[in-house]
Amino acid sequence: MSLMSSQQPSITSRQYEMPEHNYLNGTYGIRSWLLTTDHKRIALLYLASVTFFFFIGGFFAMMIRLHLLTPNGYLLSPDTYNRMFTMHGVAMIFFFLIPSIPAVLGNFLIPLMIGAKDLAFPKINLLSWYVYIVGGSFTLYSMITGGLDTGWTFYTPLSTVYSNSAVAPAVIGVFITGFSSILTGLNFLVTVHTMRAPGMTWFRLPLFVWAHYATSVVMILGTPVIAITLALAAMERLFGLGFFNPAMGGDPILFQHLFWFYSHPAVYIMILPAMGVISELIPTFARKQLFGYHFVAAASLAIAVIGFLVWTHHMFLTGQSTYAAIAFSFLTFIVAIPSAVKVFNWVATLFGGSISFDTPMLYAFGFLGLFLIGGLTGLFLGCLGTDIHIHDTYFVIAHFHYIMVGGAVMGYLGGLHFWWPKITGRMYSEWLARLAAVILFVGFNLTFFPQFVLGYLGMPRRYHMYPPEFQVYNVMSTAGASILAVGYLLPMIYLVWAAFFGKVAGPNPWPATGLEWKTPSPPPTENFEVTPEVTWEPYDFHNRPDLGLEPGNGGGHVIHPAPAHGDD
Amino acid sequence: MQSPLPFFPEQASSFANNVDTLFGFIVLTCVFFVVLVAVLCVFAMYKYRRKRPAEIGDTVNGNLFLEIGWTTIPLLIALLIFAWGSVIYVNFRTAPADTLDIYVIGKQWMWKLQQPNGRKEINELHIPVNRNVKLIMGSEDVIHDFYVPAFRAKMDVVPGRYNTLWFRPTKVGKYHFFCSQYCGTNHAVMGGWVTVQDPAEYAAWLSGDTGDLNPVSAGEKLFAQLACNTCHIPNGSGRGPSLNGVYGAKVLLADSTTVTADDSYIRESILQPKAKIVAGYQPVMPTFQGLVTEEQILNLTAYVRSLQTQPVPAKGAGIAPVTTGKK
Amino acid sequence: MHRTGELYGQFKTLDQQKDTANLGMWMFLVTEVMFFGGIMLAYTINRHVYFAAFAMGSNTLSLPAGGFNTVVLLASSFTMVMAVWSAQVGKKNLITIFLLLTIALGFVFFGVKYEEYSQKYYHHLIPGKHFDIDFCVNNPSSCSDISPEALAIEREELEKAHVADPDLNSHAQLYYSAYFGMTGLHALHMVIGVGLLLWLVKQSLAGRFTPEYNNPVDIVGLYWHFVDLVWIYLFPLLYLIDRHK
Repeated sequence: MSLMSSQQPSITSRQYEMPEHNYLNGTYGIRSWLLTTDHKRIALLYLASVTFFFFIGGFFAMMIRLHLLTPNGYLLSPDTYNRMFTMHGVAMIFFFLIPSIPAVLGNFLIPLMIGAKDLAFPKINLLSWYVYIVGGSFTLYSMITGGLDTGWTFYTPLSTVYSNSAVAPAVIGVFITGFSSILTGLNFLVTVHTMRAPGMTWFRLPLFVWAHYATSVVMILGTPVIAITLALAAMERLFGLGFFNPAMGGDPILFQHLFWFYSHPAVYIMILPAMGVISELIPTFARKQLFGYHFVAAASLAIAVIGFLVWTHHMFLTGQSTYAAIAFSFLTFIVAIPSAVKVFNWVATLFGGSISFDTPMLYAFGFLGLFLIGGLTGLFLGCLGTDIHIHDTYFVIAHFHYIMVGGAVMGYLGGLHFWWPKITGRMYSEWLARLAAVILFVGFNLTFFPQFVLGYLGMPRRYHMYPPEFQVYNVMSTAGASILAVGYLLPMIYLVWAAFFGKVAGPNPWPATGLEWKTPSPPPTENFEVTPEVTWEPYDFHNRPDLGLEPGNGGGHVIHPAPAHGDD
Repeated sequence: MQSPLPFFPEQASSFANNVDTLFGFIVLTCVFFVVLVAVLCVFAMYKYRRKRPAEIGDTVNGNLFLEIGWTTIPLLIALLIFAWGSVIYVNFRTAPADTLDIYVIGKQWMWKLQQPNGRKEINELHIPVNRNVKLIMGSEDVIHDFYVPAFRAKMDVVPGRYNTLWFRPTKVGKYHFFCSQYCGTNHAVMGGWVTVQDPAEYAAWLSGDTGDLNPVSAGEKLFAQLACNTCHIPNGSGRGPSLNGVYGAKVLLADSTTVTADDSYIRESILQPKAKIVAGYQPVMPTFQGLVTEEQILNLTAYVRSLQTQPVPAKGAGIAPVTTGKK
Repeated sequence: MHRTGELYGQFKTLDQQKDTANLGMWMFLVTEVMFFGGIMLAYTINRHVYFAAFAMGSNTLSLPAGGFNTVVLLASSFTMVMAVWSAQVGKKNLITIFLLLTIALGFVFFGVKYEEYSQKYYHHLIPGKHFDIDFCVNNPSSCSDISPEALAIEREELEKAHVADPDLNSHAQLYYSAYFGMTGLHALHMVIGVGLLLWLVKQSLAGRFTPEYNNPVDIVGLYWHFVDLVWIYLFPLLYLIDRHK
């Protein structure tokens, strides 16, 4: 049903020229990119770097799945396997998922969406990319020289005393990259506060911006804590300090508390921006104002705040006090509610809309389904009674991949497809893009759904070999991963191709309502010829004659007849 | 015996059914919401599909009653699951009094388990059916986790502290147990089998000669190996007090307080001899921290316990009423 | 973005630019609070568990040195305030003078801190293989900077502490890990602060700061005060745990 006839909006059937002056052709040469302070160019620098880490992490993932095809795993040695899953986690979480949507799409779009010429601190923005690169280099160095076999969670005393791999450079790399995240978050917060265009009130902000605001709060409050924790762990490894070493009177559980105080909220750093993307996609492709705008915005903030109060649900079985476990389980159930509210509001938006099935919308539907499953399976883990059994099994793996890949990566790809014509000025092949979306959806479910069953059967995570009775589900999972790999390579190819040879898209191909669509594609260096003034409510198609649409009878309601004139 | 595509592991403990019932309930909740959202989405996709390229939707953008409804109903369901799960967890964390206590030591990458009578096993655990079993678990190096899927029970094994895990096996059979907290290279092979037996069979197994020294003999041997016996001479003439009759008795300390010589006192005296000095003795005993394993401490303790019935010397004993000294 | 006078291209007015910069610095200070908060939490938990060892470690620090440094930093906060004030009222020479005074006080702090650190080195109080909390008591000749009376008190305290905590040496080492971690981090912030002040001096000599445009002085001042404030917490946490002397 999703591959129905290609209903292109009327505007895209028109011929456009690329704008003569834009941020891509203003200056040339490697220096003009490496020393740029233009948020749009920095976004592209980030796009290239996170894509690099995504494929590194993806390669490790593929090795893991191939190795697990047979119970005894002939492909890799135990030590190599342990390095594979650790480096998969480190590359994907710290160097892909956390920066992906904020540093690429957020960087590119936030100033455009609020009608600013740039972020508040353009130089700090560039600095944050360099910090990211330095941190990434340390981690790559660790991967090349000794690998890393502690698990991405760096649990002590395994990481600080017992591991024989290159822990210190990796930990230092992650520590450094944390500052990139802090600087980005700080920049976004200040920008949203002080750089909005006239008329862009707080409740006219696109929900993408609200989501990034909430994300930035988590970034600046949580990241420093992981930074100091990893600094202590690195010093423990290098100089033998003893905070986390039981042999010296330290407490390994303290490390877990400090680690999860950041790393649980970090889950929201990854998923909140994706929710922001979905909140843009659904109104645009349903051509309807988002249902419950205020509730969705408040839900983002609620998630950011309550998300800080649930961290010990990763530690229910460390022997912590029963009462603490009950309190944190309770808070975990509370933090699930705002996410549920968002899902219901997105679904309600569809009713009475005029829904098209362009590629970004396919990703939005994919997100809805996968995030829903991911979120609901969180109930099993937040619930103390069932967590006893499935804690640290493949059930956990499946759950967080549904959130991180099914949610965050689907949101990221949806966003890339949605704003690609804005970023590059050109359209990709709609047919290929829909095909890739469907392949990803199928491949993803085949990879990760069997892992829920594996987990409940009792297969622990991070196992390089497993009892033979678990093999059937592992084979299914590996088959799915192969499909998934194709699904990720496809967009990489056709999006790059489209950036150079695609059909010129025009300023507002979908059309959509945000300020970023009121400027040429690609935008000029200073974003807007004249500072825009906002006079309309977010996602309102009815009072926007400039969009060239006919207000009227989506879902049979005829309201506000307004003149439809097609020129922009 | 097993279907090629199993969904549930075997149920072999008193927890299993409770956990599975709750699991089933949450599965139903999830299925309900997934189906609900899917049906709504598919219905909307069809009914509100775009019919003309320039068409737009209606102006409905919110409904307070709906918002309250879909905040409250999921909240109530969540709280129900929370309460139900907490009840199971509290039961799981609260061991009954009449347990069969088994000592478990995790180290990279093996499990050492010891029955109350001293019979030792490596990566194997024999227990009687329908009897409350409590594992008292410590780690010699990194964090491990003892996990028996068929019992729906697991608990981290953390260095520097003891965690306990209890269960009541309900079905005779052999079940996998795993290390479930990543612990380094051979994490995946750090597991084995739990064998649940009829009480009679278990008793027979337990009394079988295995060549293992019982903890008392092992402790006695160790006591000589570590040269403890050169100071702690039974007749009280050594630089340290005689240990005859000390276990379970009151010991007078240098600061005139007394302490009961229980397992933890003996453990502390081995690892941190200066912590409590017996009156009349010099703090000359070196620490054995790092020199003895957790298991060896258990053996030494068992040996000291066996000296409980030995004659206490008039001079040089560790017991309180007598004027006396350091262990 | 190009710059028109003092106004950077992404801003519309100087006021907007100023508000933005101030807000940015406040947000940054929030992250700093969380940063120091993490290590202070680790400190607090260990101090609670190993109080005797932490008190013993604290008593081996020099109270006069710590107290003197507290005064120095408070004075430097005052000179920083004066520099900000001079900028606001447009006294260009005074800005430079007060900035230089602030830097000088910063260096006094470094000097005292250097003395303290090197003393700890000679007393075998650097965490690691050679750490020995009993070193000075056992080798009075190597610790000639401690008076015999003070050493006698220390010996007495150490005896009590050894009884209270049989593993005193490793736990005192935890204290010293916290000490060097926290003061080291603080000193690093001071170094960065002095760097910023030097940059301000250069700008100030070029005459860039006027009553209309003095925001850099303002926000570096915020940072400097924050670093002082951290010390105001560190001093009692590290030096004043259990002083009976």
